[in-house]
Amino acid sequence: MKIKRNGWVGLAWLSPTLLFVSVFVLWPMVHLVWLSFTSTSLLGGGEWVGFKNYTTAFNDPKFWAAFRFTLLYTVILTPILMGLGFALALLVSPNTPLRRVTRTVTFLPVVIGLASSSLLWFWLFDQQVGLFNRLLVDLNILSQPLVWFRKVDTAMIAVIISVTWKVVGFGMILIMAGIQSIPSDLFEAARIDGASLWLRVRRIILPLALRSILMATVLSVIGSMLAFDQFYLMTGGGPRGKTFTSVYWIYQNSFVRFDLGYGAALSVILMLVIMAMTALQLTLQSRGKA
Amino acid sequence: MTIALPARPLKRRAHGWLITAICIAVIALMLLPLVMSTLASLRPLAETSATPPSYLPSSLSLENYRKVAEYQQGIWVYVKNSAVVAGMAIVICLALSVPAGFALARFPVPGKEVLFLIILASMMVPYQALLVPMFLMFSKLGLTASPLGLAILHAVLQLPFSVYLMRNSFEAIPKELEEAARVDGASTAFQLRRVFMPLAMPGMVTVALFAFIASWNEFIGALILMNTESAFTVPIMLTGVVSGDFGAVDWGALQASVIVSILPCLAVYLALQKYYVSGLLAGAVK
Repeated sequence: MKIKRNGWVGLAWLSPTLLFVSVFVLWPMVHLVWLSFTSTSLLGGGEWVGFKNYTTAFNDPKFWAAFRFTLLYTVILTPILMGLGFALALLVSPNTPLRRVTRTVTFLPVVIGLASSSLLWFWLFDQQVGLFNRLLVDLNILSQPLVWFRKVDTAMIAVIISVTWKVVGFGMILIMAGIQSIPSDLFEAARIDGASLWLRVRRIILPLALRSILMATVLSVIGSMLAFDQFYLMTGGGPRGKTFTSVYWIYQNSFVRFDLGYGAALSVILMLVIMAMTALQLTLQSRGKA
Repeated sequence: MTIALPARPLKRRAHGWLITAICIAVIALMLLPLVMSTLASLRPLAETSATPPSYLPSSLSLENYRKVAEYQQGIWVYVKNSAVVAGMAIVICLALSVPAGFALARFPVPGKEVLFLIILASMMVPYQALLVPMFLMFSKLGLTASPLGLAILHAVLQLPFSVYLMRNSFEAIPKELEEAARVDGASTAFQLRRVFMPLAMPGMVTVALFAFIASWNEFIGALILMNTESAFTVPIMLTGVVSGDFGAVDWGALQASVIVSILPCLAVYLALQKYYVSGLLAGAVK
């Protein structure tokens, strides 16, 4: 017996979600674009100013500095996350008990909050009470405790260490799933041929898990481009405003300086950049399927 | 599925020891920050600001936890706020995604795939970019400093994933079960409740689990929307602990509250690990 259901009944079941998405996603998007052409302030008021916010943005050295800083952060962090993620994925792919435990433990920090982990590391890095500093001194890596957040370079290193600890398990799990879906007879054949680990990685694992690696890379890049919590909590944008990220700069203009119109224009630019990246991700996904 | 990453027999023993050593090193490195922080939170008050810091507390004490229990409005107020927001976010996600997934999986809805794409497309928009218009809207609706407002924002984040997952869960249910229910002449709502929902339980648990973790940890939206102290969620309370009352950081209070903020996520993840990992893979590798 073939079931015939009424499509309009289905639409009724779907309508609450459609309404919710319209009110809380589509309408804010439209409103955002409109706001970006006004001088709306958080304190009220505002009028149509045309493209002024956009010309201000393109001539604002601090906006470009924040954008460049976010790119730099992404460019440094991504290879570290993917390299370590791949190595860990190789390590934990086989289902032996010890490797499973390693997998679970490495993934633990992924589920805790970025705010919590940032503050945990903020303490570890502290020059007076931080145990990470003490450990580095005891291991003779540092001669004395370092004030990590006083210079841009060391602040960046500190944030990257903390974020790597927090999210390396994410890439690991995605890449591991890719490795685990490789047919095991390929490994069997490689074993019979006596192929070295390096050869197996290069000839079997890398090409066949490539789609997972690309996917993890794109997701990781998008996450880094939207970085906010870790810098807000660990550096506060300092020293001298040199560690503002794009999202941080939007927050600063919209909710600290109350310039919502300008914040909206910056948000539109960010939205376009991220949507282009997501489109790239979706293309990769559908290609991988075909 | 198991893959034996094969080693040549002669080398196997050495290879095995090496792997064991690496695994243990990785476990130690990943756990170290959590263990250090937990131990530090259990120090007596007098030791919390000692320079240089000691690795191990001289004795264990709950003084820091007693202190955060009275911090600002008391940490339990913020834990309760976070729990209420997360609970509401879970309810909104399930209340929307279950009927939506059901409709997409089992009804010839006109324009179905386009509507589905519109729902998924909201995943392409970073919510960080929508905070300005959302803040204005929520101010008008009286939804700032309100758990419902923040829960709506968190539901926006999780909804595309939730609908996607529920659609898949309902599609995986064999047609025969549904036909038996139809022969009995049950109403659509009855079928959903009695036939479909019990079978799609793993999907619903996954939706709830992801909504909980996302909501519990979300930061920038809560920072902007929850603009009065009594409405703070746990992550926002943490920022107050860092800036401190007189500009100095109260390290003991910070460690204790960080541990309080972490524990629910770890507990939920360890209890429902299978759902979490399969959900993550379903979400990323569509």
